[in-house]
Amino acid sequence: MKSRLAFALTASLMLTSAALADDKVVKIGSLDDQSSLYADIGGPGSTLAAQMAVEDSGLTKKGWTISVIDADHQNKPDVGAGVARKWLDEDKVDVIVSLDNSAVALAVSQVGKEKNGVVLPSGAASSALTNKACNANTIHWAYDTYALANGTGKSMVKAGGDTWFFITADYAFGHQLQHDTTAVVEASGGKVLGSVNAPLNTPDFSSFLLQAQSSKAKIVALANAGGDTTNSIKQAHEFGLTASGQKLAGLLLFITDVHALGLDVAQGLSLTSTFYWDLNDGTREFSKRFAARMKNHAMPTMTQAGVYSSLIHYFKALEALGGNPHDGAKVVAKMKEMPTDDPLFGKGAIRADGRKIHPAYLFEVKTPADSKYPWDYYKLVATIPGDEAFRPLSESECPLVKK
Amino acid sequence: MTTSAPSPAAETAASARHERDEAIAFVVMTALFAAAPLAIYPFFMMQALCFALFACAFNLLIGYVGLLSFGHAMFLGTAGYLSAHAAKVWGLTPDLCILFGVFGAALLGVVTGALAIRRQGIYFAMITLALAQMIYFFCVEAPFTHGEDGIQGVPQGVFLGVIPLSNPWALYYVVLAIFLVGFFIIYRAVNSPFGEILKAIRENEPRAVSLGYRVDQYKLAAFVLSAALCGLAGATKAIVAQNASLTDVEYSMSGQVILMTLLGGMGTIYGPVVGALIVVAMQNYLAQSGQWVTVIQGVIFVLCVLVFRRGVVGEIARRFKLSL
Amino acid sequence: MLAALAISPQALFGQLLLGLINGAFYALLSLGLAVIFGMLNIVNFAHGALFMMGAFCAYFLLNGLGLNYWFALILAPLMMGVFGAALERLFLKRIAGLDPVYGLLLTFGLALIIQGVFQNYFGSSGLPYAIPAALSGGRNLGFMFLPNYRAWAIAFSLVVCVGCWFLIERTKLGAYLRAATENPALVRAFGINVPRMITLTYAAGVALAGLAGVLAAPINQVRPQMGENFIIVVFAVVVIGGMGSIMGSIVTGFLLGVVEGLTKVFYPEASNTVVFVIMAIVLLIKPAGLFGRAS
Repeated sequence: MKSRLAFALTASLMLTSAALADDKVVKIGSLDDQSSLYADIGGPGSTLAAQMAVEDSGLTKKGWTISVIDADHQNKPDVGAGVARKWLDEDKVDVIVSLDNSAVALAVSQVGKEKNGVVLPSGAASSALTNKACNANTIHWAYDTYALANGTGKSMVKAGGDTWFFITADYAFGHQLQHDTTAVVEASGGKVLGSVNAPLNTPDFSSFLLQAQSSKAKIVALANAGGDTTNSIKQAHEFGLTASGQKLAGLLLFITDVHALGLDVAQGLSLTSTFYWDLNDGTREFSKRFAARMKNHAMPTMTQAGVYSSLIHYFKALEALGGNPHDGAKVVAKMKEMPTDDPLFGKGAIRADGRKIHPAYLFEVKTPADSKYPWDYYKLVATIPGDEAFRPLSESECPLVKK
Repeated sequence: MTTSAPSPAAETAASARHERDEAIAFVVMTALFAAAPLAIYPFFMMQALCFALFACAFNLLIGYVGLLSFGHAMFLGTAGYLSAHAAKVWGLTPDLCILFGVFGAALLGVVTGALAIRRQGIYFAMITLALAQMIYFFCVEAPFTHGEDGIQGVPQGVFLGVIPLSNPWALYYVVLAIFLVGFFIIYRAVNSPFGEILKAIRENEPRAVSLGYRVDQYKLAAFVLSAALCGLAGATKAIVAQNASLTDVEYSMSGQVILMTLLGGMGTIYGPVVGALIVVAMQNYLAQSGQWVTVIQGVIFVLCVLVFRRGVVGEIARRFKLSL
Repeated sequence: MLAALAISPQALFGQLLLGLINGAFYALLSLGLAVIFGMLNIVNFAHGALFMMGAFCAYFLLNGLGLNYWFALILAPLMMGVFGAALERLFLKRIAGLDPVYGLLLTFGLALIIQGVFQNYFGSSGLPYAIPAALSGGRNLGFMFLPNYRAWAIAFSLVVCVGCWFLIERTKLGAYLRAATENPALVRAFGINVPRMITLTYAAGVALAGLAGVLAAPINQVRPQMGENFIIVVFAVVVIGGMGSIMGSIVTGFLLGVVEGLTKVFYPEASNTVVFVIMAIVLLIKPAGLFGRAS
């Protein structure tokens, strides 16, 4: 009697666990700005990158069912968090990618932790995602403010640019970027001569550029993004900033911004990026396929490349686990275990705090004469190895890092 | 006098009919909302309820007093920030946080109202816009708001010490209760002697003045009431969404609430609720085809103004000769 | 005080001059808005989007038809004027006579549509438009480097502003316009085609917005959002100047540019907000605006 009961219990337990076993169904959600300021940086391009990752992983041939959906967070944290919540709660989305707005990424990262999903931001810049706001469900891909500061700051000081002036967008992202870059500049032996905070969405930077010119700093650094960056670069050109010997550094610049400015205006600009389409054969091969399928034939940005790379690694982790356990923390732990290798970012690793490590590169925008074919915009100036580019673990305030 | 006044009996019968229509509508609305989480994602419904309260409070001012404000987002957003800060940094219980937010919004309403009420029409609107932009600037600069990152990870806590808000069903019914309370306050305010005077001011302010009413005080009272209820919506929204951000104080949010009210029907009680539901639905469900959201909103504005001036509820009310 | 705030008188002059140049843009933009509000009582919220369309017209004229900046200065406003006339005929006529709130809401909706459509087709990064060769470069004035294009911008804006003011306040056509908006029935009785005047007036206001767009294209990135930032500032300018007054908008535009310029030196974070502080103060003290006539 007892043994029959025991047998029945064991059998039912086995059946239940069989029902909970990993399946081969994956749903991917690409959440970013599809309609306004940052649409060209992530947007429909990120969705395309996600689809290409699905195709290139070859998993559908192995019997997996993978779908990609996308949504527009309209740069509003509540819309973004609301969509993420619905996706993870109701729509059986397993992983959220892109997230090109730091405020939205922070909110979604929290939701991801609550609902045990996987969150892989490649567009957000805030280094808080792997610092104070880190959690076990988020891996920060592509870049962050620390890497940008390190890349541009350190390399330019080493190259002789030891006095700096900042034109900073007056919001958290701009201040963070200025703060991180200042730390790096001063640690490398440079000096910050001054800075000015410009309100967000300022159309005219002439006044701030004049202040930068009067400071006589060797480097004028733009701690802003999007339309503010392109406007300030265009007007810097107009006011002859570079002609009089100062160098302009765009702390956050994407290839689509350079394309929108034109080489005439953007030439000589210094910037840090972790991806450039023309860097090597691997990046070229992907980028040409990508551009062929993009509506405006644009080359992929760092964010879109990050979406592809993060998903390729995610699929590798799922394959290693033998199926999709629909358990975000488990998959992320697996992703952290495995070293990364993809044609876009090369060899790298993921640290305990969720930071993806790969090299960063300092580029200079070519002159029109040096550019030989469409989108031939950057000249490689320096390579910063991964372990130097990002915030060292010893400085991290992430609770996941065991000290 | 050009029109003949209806007989007293007909008037009483008409107002009794109105009350009956409105009571039925109230019951129907409450029932629908109570049952909604069975069919619709609760988080979306909670957002919609908060915005519905926001729109109703805004409608109090435009529909019944005739004052168009361009700056109402300042009440929504400020209350949201205060409530979020109280919950996250001071660790207060959600009921206290919401009260704190309402109080803050009401105080802001007194200050801004006192300034804005002095002017009328488009000038009133522009003053509210100017004040709202100044509040926006304050929110950008103040360290406690964390700029565009906003206040994240707001804890939901236990409501009144008994209801754990982390349970989505509990949270939903608490939000519904708050909405109904706010809605009821507006309903009572509108259908009271106070409300009649407000309507009189909207129709013909000089005559109201000549009748001896201190018009400015009534307008200010309506303004503060509207501000406080917007604050209630904003403070609740911060607890529901667990964040407070700059989007709630931007002038585009003021534009959204105008859209909701216009679409639903200005000057109807239920109009703003319907308008808010439609706009929030659009935002969330159309987010999937993100690129066209702006255009669609623009088309709705244009259509509403050209052919649909009474709004959804207004048209229904007229078609079926109801009072909504 | 200047020394304490660490700015030399030279640098200050530079900033003031830059402020004045910005003011020229504000004046030109608010001119169109003031014409439309003063004459037609329509609060044209689409003005920013129409400004953006003017800049895009310039881009297309250059990249599609090979017509450079100088052609664009004439053709783009004409194209925008035609578009404005169409908008007036199709949409604004239908709400004539209603509460001005509806005009505001309608134009707000139109602005959303225009901006959304451009956003979808042209993305957000924007398109390059170069400063015309004849105006490129600049001269070093000692206290600052002044790009030639900026000097041109301020001169051109002044000419257009003064010209418009003259046209409206001092010519017969202007008199007809003003009369037609004050008392359409009476003016119509004199045999003047009032509806056509109204359409033309709106078209003229839109053309002015387009002209400002062409002027801005070489120095601001040509993007669908470029009008968004200007629109509420320009509104504030018109309100401060006095909603019926053309001269008011012009003078206030320049004044505001200077005030903003000074704010950028001493409290740069507030430079986008200072206009609203001024607007609130003016509305509370003299609601008809600095130059307005109390109605």
